Amino acid sequence: MNTPATENSNWTTRLKKNTLRLGYWTTAWVITLAIAAFGPKFAWDYATLPSILALLVNLAAGLGWIHANKLNLRDLDDLQQKIQLEATALSLSVGVVAGLSYELLEDIHLISFQPEISHLVVLMSLAYAIGVFTGNRRYR
Amino acid sequence: MKNRLKVLRAERDWTQAQLAEALEVSRQTVNAIETGKFDPSLPLAFKVSRLFELSIEEIFQDDESI
Repeated sequence: MNTPATENSNWTTRLKKNTLRLGYWTTAWVITLAIAAFGPKFAWDYATLPSILALLVNLAAGLGWIHANKLNLRDLDDLQQKIQLEATALSLSVGVVAGLSYELLEDIHLISFQPEISHLVVLMSLAYAIGVFTGNRRYR
Repeated sequence: MKNRLKVLRAERDWTQAQLAEALEVSRQTVNAIETGKFDPSLPLAFKVSRLFELSIEEIFQDDESI
């Protein structure tokens, strides 16, 4: 069988490398966020300098994650980029609409508790996951 | 947009996976283009054109021009 000549057969390898890199930076960001969030209470008794350092390290890890995500998106093919774009748009739209309504609930005294940003992050993550799932189903 | 990708691939006895590897895209993308669910970008269309040594118009046809 005459097989097509591959111009760059390491595309799949590059994708795997990008995914791994994104995974490492995500893990680093989550761990440094946990340290910045719980360290002041459980490790250094709210001392200012360690808290600032922990926050700076977390921000640096966040920047690394953003860069890794950018590299990952850049190497995806046309269809995968489209699916990611649609999922991200869904997540952002849901985040803005639901986030503002959620915040308003407290302002107009319809709920008695303080809205938590983590609830919004969970909602946006769910919207993103649904977007990726439906996108993959649509183009299956 | 219609295309002859499936026919051209079959003529050469290539699998979707082999074509996907040659084009540096996923097999899902090749399948979506073949079934008309997804239209490729211009750079990808040129890549397909180079691979099959045909002009873009010989592979992809605009619905309105048919």
